[in-house]
Amino acid sequence: MAQRSFGVSFGLLIALTASVLISTPAPARADDVGQIKVAKGAVHLERSGRKVPAPVGAKVQQGDVLVTGPDGSVGIIFLDASLLSVGPSSVLAIDRFVFDSTTNQGAFETSLKRGKLAAVSGKIAKQSPDAMKVRTPAAVLGVRGTEFLVRTIEPGD
Amino acid sequence: MRGLARAVALVLLALYGCATPAPEPKPAPVSKPARDDLIVLLPDPEGKAAALSVTHGADQRVLSAPYAAARIKEEGRLDTVDITPDEVNRVFGEVVAALPPRPVSFLLYFLEGKDQLTAESQQVVQQIFDEIKRRPAPEIVIIGHTDRVGTVPYNDALSLRRAEKVRDDLKNVLGIPAEQIQVAGRGEREPLVPTEDEVAEPRNRRVEISVR
Repeated sequence: MAQRSFGVSFGLLIALTASVLISTPAPARADDVGQIKVAKGAVHLERSGRKVPAPVGAKVQQGDVLVTGPDGSVGIIFLDASLLSVGPSSVLAIDRFVFDSTTNQGAFETSLKRGKLAAVSGKIAKQSPDAMKVRTPAAVLGVRGTEFLVRTIEPGD
Repeated sequence: MRGLARAVALVLLALYGCATPAPEPKPAPVSKPARDDLIVLLPDPEGKAAALSVTHGADQRVLSAPYAAARIKEEGRLDTVDITPDEVNRVFGEVVAALPPRPVSFLLYFLEGKDQLTAESQQVVQQIFDEIKRRPAPEIVIIGHTDRVGTVPYNDALSLRRAEKVRDDLKNVLGIPAEQIQVAGRGEREPLVPTEDEVAEPRNRRVEISVR
């Protein structure tokens, strides 16, 4: 049973390696998909129907809706290194964010319900063109890279 | 008396005015903005190919040149338009100003077999720390590497020690809380410059600091 001793020592090696390589627990919660880096004026998040403050340093999750007042703007860096910012009097929903940091595969979908958005796409769009999408009430954007701007004005807004 | 007469005249005029149907069209639709979506592709800062597809109903346009733009002003009409950088600044200045600084990474090099920086890296470490300090709510990942001198387990431990040394300096010098810093050691597994085993290569004795 030479196979077995190989298996055991190999397993031990993996365990040792893992204990060496993983020294600090990841600080982010599994649900967190990005962090607010810039916040100006009136800004908040809507999460599960509740209003949540959105200061610099706050984490953003899938399903969150960013809301800014007439003097508000907010900027976020996501886990795949994409950057988004939302201008004054805007509403942006983070509909879907899935990211595998090993393969860089994932999906990133947002909806700009009103207002203005600036975006710099990250690893998700680079790995899979069209895996990043932005919707407005009138249009769907497929992102192949890298920097773009969106404004949406609804009739009667 | 004159004042009163004028007031009465005004009231009569108002009543008369109300009773008469206004010949002008209703002003309501003019005061409400119509739909106006504007989508602009910006130049890629590294000059790489950039593109964006815009779909409106059954229509699709692909924007692929810097400052190519699409506009939807009414249902069923998707136009491509030209926009100048000045117009972009006017419409999008505030939102562009709110974009966070781009993620960056830095390399620091070490003396052979030690967790001590080379003289050259000691010269730039403060500059790198200052750049990290300028960033709002920095999230930091530090990954240590070694060259291929020594055993794999020895290099795993050494690479982690190097990364932890930089983390401790960041903590002590800048006061960045440890939970904002992730540390890992990759040993000799990911050389910057591939070499045979047991070859001393200063460029592989490094720590990479990624900040976002």
